[in-house]
Amino acid sequence: MRNKSRIRIVWGLAPALGALLAGAALAAPDAAMQERLAPCTACHGDGTSQTEGVPSLGGQQADYVVTQLFQFREKQRTAPPMNDVAAGFSDDDLRVYADAVATLPAPAWSGPAADPALVARAQALVAKHQCNSCHGADLTGRDAIPRIRAQREEYLAQALAAYKSNARPGYDPAMNEVAQDLSDADIKDLAAYVSRL
Amino acid sequence: MTPISKPILTRGLAAALACLGFGTVAPDAVHAQETPASAAPPASVQIDRGSALYGRPEGGNAAKLAPVAGPPLATAAAKLPLDKLKVPDGFKVEVYASGLANARSMTQAPDGTLFVGTRTVGKVYAVLPQAGPDGKREVKTIASGLHRPNGVAFHDGALYVAELSKIWRYDDIAKHLDGSEKPSLVYDDLPKDEAHGWKFIAIGPDNKLYVPVGSPGNILLPPDTHAQIRRIDLDGKNAEVIARGVRNTVGFDWNPKTKQLWFTDNGRDWVSEDIPNDELNVLTDPGKQHFGYPFCHQGTFTDPEYGWGHSCAEFTAPAGLLGPHTASLGMRFYTGAQFPDSYKDAVFIARHGSWNRTAKLGGDVVVARPGPDGKVAAVEPFLTGFLQDNKYAGRPVDVMVAKDGSLLVSDDYNGAIYRVSYGQ
Repeated sequence: MRNKSRIRIVWGLAPALGALLAGAALAAPDAAMQERLAPCTACHGDGTSQTEGVPSLGGQQADYVVTQLFQFREKQRTAPPMNDVAAGFSDDDLRVYADAVATLPAPAWSGPAADPALVARAQALVAKHQCNSCHGADLTGRDAIPRIRAQREEYLAQALAAYKSNARPGYDPAMNEVAQDLSDADIKDLAAYVSRL
Repeated sequence: MTPISKPILTRGLAAALACLGFGTVAPDAVHAQETPASAAPPASVQIDRGSALYGRPEGGNAAKLAPVAGPPLATAAAKLPLDKLKVPDGFKVEVYASGLANARSMTQAPDGTLFVGTRTVGKVYAVLPQAGPDGKREVKTIASGLHRPNGVAFHDGALYVAELSKIWRYDDIAKHLDGSEKPSLVYDDLPKDEAHGWKFIAIGPDNKLYVPVGSPGNILLPPDTHAQIRRIDLDGKNAEVIARGVRNTVGFDWNPKTKQLWFTDNGRDWVSEDIPNDELNVLTDPGKQHFGYPFCHQGTFTDPEYGWGHSCAEFTAPAGLLGPHTASLGMRFYTGAQFPDSYKDAVFIARHGSWNRTAKLGGDVVVARPGPDGKVAAVEPFLTGFLQDNKYAGRPVDVMVAKDGSLLVSDDYNGAIYRVSYGQ
């Protein structure tokens, strides 16, 4: 599963890439914060990820990011290269990175609007599964419950499938519980719709 | 107990139940009455029976309620909410240990070493009994990377640890506090459901291991393998179901006089702000009793869906009611010699605190004193102050009577253990 040498190469490139990308970043994070964020934004983008399978982090709830970095560090959630990245993080690091990530601009969908038939199907699913109950009316999350609005489509689909199979045990098992009822078609529709918000 | 003739839920009924003292530490009646009716639900959506979402109201104020898991990092000792905590006159509360992120169930070795499980961070800790010169007790992580290792039980030098679906034994644990001991698998014939999958465990006076299997969701007809408590030989053999109709118990203990098993059980969510109560139950006839779930809650309230065709008289009624949604978890009989006589054989109960309720309730340790009939008429506050302005400053999970007769209380929100002592 894990290819350590490849991870090291990517990791080595990260600061350089990050420095390039950070130059174009918005003014929000100060210089020291930008420096810390550079390795993150190298893969995750400046709030919006352009990389398949890599989630957008902009506007993410800091408490949620702490739980995920913690799970990476403790290998409770497997997601190379993040397990290696977080391996040496102190508890303070988890909080500092989480707070920094939360300052990045939130992602927003810029492509063509979702197909009305998809919107109708997905909105019914959102209502049925009460996504808004925890993630909020606009799906931007709160506390340790993540922003999912305009997250990358394939990432959302992977996350839901992994919750359903329990391959990804949530920090809290709430998503493992509610994902049990989702069909493959439901997951496809939800990911397509939420990513286009 | 007042019989309820019709299982029809109205706000009036809920308020009446609250007024009748069904909330044994009375829920904030003002808040309960002020709770506005939900906004008109959106276009109705069909939720299948058995779904984790079944029984949830749609929209309105209900949509604001969601469970919140505590943080994965422990609160620094200096920032613990000690100054907010209150105990009865003559008692004292102090920090016993800190830095145990997500501290949950506790068990103690004869030498005083305290073992603590966790639900969200995969670790099991050992707290050394002697405080250092700085007054702090050393905390060792004896296992990590486990899957929801909530349950711990010490017996004959070994530590039993319950993951979500596996129970392990760490032999001669006192010599392996550095985490070097490879555990032996004791029992894994357990479902893998995440919902209510974490376990409290204990070893009874009969030297058997007691293991609950929760309902795999809020309200559903559970499979034969769920919503029960099992009794198992210490080698993992001869598992038998000793109690059924148990939704999710996360704490139990044996009455020192009768040797009967007493256990807390968490009531269903989403039916009302004010009912059903969590239960304090007694097992008097192992293997023969059904405690009601999902048909009857709190001994008096037939479920709006699953209760039809049933009467609560078919099931074993609780010995006491612990308040609606209070998340009553750990409980122990007071068997120490330090507290006043009035606490002898009383039951301390840790209420983690509600989420499925607008005005939060619980977030405290209460004490129940069973009467001569074995029933608990009311519970009294004992350790309070974790709930401040409808927010949690901490959340008690388990209580344990320490060797010296003090009461230890775990707090998974802050990752700390408190010690309540008397007259010292």
